[in-house]
Amino acid sequence: MSALTNIIKKEVKELLTPATILPIVFVAILFGSIGNTIGDIGEEASQAPTIALINEQNTSYSSIASKIIYNNAEVVYNSTDISNKEIAFEKLKEKEGIALFIIPKDFSENIKNNNPGEIEIFWIMEGAGIMNSISSSSVENILWIINNHISKTLIKDNSSLNASVVLSPITRSETTNFKGIDFKDVSPSVLIGMMASQSMMIPIIMMMIIIISGQMVISSMALEKENKTLETLLTLPIKRTSIVSGKILASAIVGLFLALIYMIGMGYYMMSFNIGSSIGTVNIDLSMSMFDILLFGILLFITLVAALSLCMLLGTMAKNYKSAQTLIFPVVLMSMFPMFITMFTDFDTLPLAFKTLLFAIPFSHPMMAPRALMFDDYLFVIGGIIYVSIFTVIVIALVVWIFKTDRLLTGSINKNKIFEYRKKFFKR
Amino acid sequence: MAAVEVKNFSKNYGKKEAVKNISFNIEKGEIFGLIGPNGAGKTTTLRVLSTLLQITSGSVKIMGFDLENEPGKIRRQISYLPEDAGAYKNLTGRQYLDFISNFFERKNKKKMIEIGIEIADLEGRIDSKVDTYSKGMKRRLLVGRALMVDPKLAILDEPTSGLDVINAQEIRNIIKKSAKNGTTFLISSHNMLEVEYLCDRIVLIADGEIVEKGKPSDLKQKYNADNIEEVFTGVIK
Repeated sequence: MSALTNIIKKEVKELLTPATILPIVFVAILFGSIGNTIGDIGEEASQAPTIALINEQNTSYSSIASKIIYNNAEVVYNSTDISNKEIAFEKLKEKEGIALFIIPKDFSENIKNNNPGEIEIFWIMEGAGIMNSISSSSVENILWIINNHISKTLIKDNSSLNASVVLSPITRSETTNFKGIDFKDVSPSVLIGMMASQSMMIPIIMMMIIIISGQMVISSMALEKENKTLETLLTLPIKRTSIVSGKILASAIVGLFLALIYMIGMGYYMMSFNIGSSIGTVNIDLSMSMFDILLFGILLFITLVAALSLCMLLGTMAKNYKSAQTLIFPVVLMSMFPMFITMFTDFDTLPLAFKTLLFAIPFSHPMMAPRALMFDDYLFVIGGIIYVSIFTVIVIALVVWIFKTDRLLTGSINKNKIFEYRKKFFKR
Repeated sequence: MAAVEVKNFSKNYGKKEAVKNISFNIEKGEIFGLIGPNGAGKTTTLRVLSTLLQITSGSVKIMGFDLENEPGKIRRQISYLPEDAGAYKNLTGRQYLDFISNFFERKNKKKMIEIGIEIADLEGRIDSKVDTYSKGMKRRLLVGRALMVDPKLAILDEPTSGLDVINAQEIRNIIKKSAKNGTTFLISSHNMLEVEYLCDRIVLIADGEIVEKGKPSDLKQKYNADNIEEVFTGVIK
């Protein structure tokens, strides 16, 4: 074997460890899963939208509109009687449709009288993720086609109407129903846009806090081992729980402080987008009350402690500072996954398997909570607080238990003692 | 009551038996030496007695407290100095001693730090960062840390490791003085002259088993040796 081959063989062996392979495998699985979810939504968007239609008078222009709707959408309910509005709405919900079109009696008449014809649209919005706006865009497309066709007809007929009416013969009034609340004169895309700052900012900040503080905890454990200070610390008259909680709380404080700095910068950055989007929109109260903020704060803090406890658990496996760098990877993935999902889609619109996975990852909860709080979904948020708290207690108990075993120093556990330790756990 | 009572103590790492059924007692104020070749089980024994590792079988009592059931109480009685121990690099020597003293009774804190500084004897470098210390300076700081808390039992693994002759001698004198004041010492060392000079009694351990024990003078007589090093080689061979 040549010297070069010898070096290559040794280097490859050193670099190709489970610690380097597993994170890459996880990343591949993560992106594959996200790709599948987004792909499903994309596929859904390319299909004809499901709608209900009430056309009160099938005359010239309303007939064109009706025909276009039939050609470009799957109409699950059709009526000419406005009193059937509720039935149409129920049918639409049942068929998971997205909009109810109402073409009023005076639609054609208005156009003929030099006024744009108004189409009423009642949107049913399932989720507030960026990807959810795709389904509403296919309906927007139908409206554009209607406008275009009527405009062409008017030009063809040598209409003597105003140029503005000829070019834009239709107008619309819209109401969006989201989580049981009706938002008048607001389209789903405007609503999604208004919630985008929360959708984008909170998941990113949450991920940053988790990674920064998590890295601190894992590195702290690794440095204790590398600098040989851990043995001394463990023989001092201090409870194991105090060592574990001391490390976690210190990192949580520093993490929150760093997050605050980050939030200020990010807040200014996001505000630059909000100024433009708020102009011309109606006044919608999507703000959080003090109680909502308190709940969110509790959830945020508990989640941070959960993340740090998990990092502490991983840190107990660190042999040195170098190995600590790869141990953070599972935590990064666990925070990136909900970040992407909550940024692009809505929890409510996900398949059950994804919902379960997202709920099981503790870091998802503060990312999903603001939207839930805006719509008074307290059960979801309080459920999240309870779940994350239980998760945290279990992980901390596991870390404390590891601190009481040989595992921390030798990498192995005296299996015969496991059951005895469980009994003695709260005594020590 | 003995300071340390070890009865039929064994420690396994998986299938490997690191320490096999050993028993010994250490009296209060005694300096007790644990000697043996590399891998004999000395450090494992010290780590178990320091509450760092769990025992596989047998029993250990320190100052009357059971190791398995009362490790917290034992930690109030002992001070452990590992062979390759380190100190927090971002702290100064004084800050490190202050950090350690905070785990003990507040009323003794100031005196405790003063004793630590005196034992460490860093000649004006006590306020420098630990990161800038030489190996010997770090060791002196750690010995100072271990003894400043006035432990009932000091467990020292190679206490003079990395120290020059003069510093090593100073540390030995401090150990002798502390023992006279009532501190019990359990020491592991490869330096046989140190063991002979310091220890009232020694235990020779090989392959996890006690192969010889007694006073250094008695052992020298038994093996017709001039020093403990000859006893050691005689027993091990």
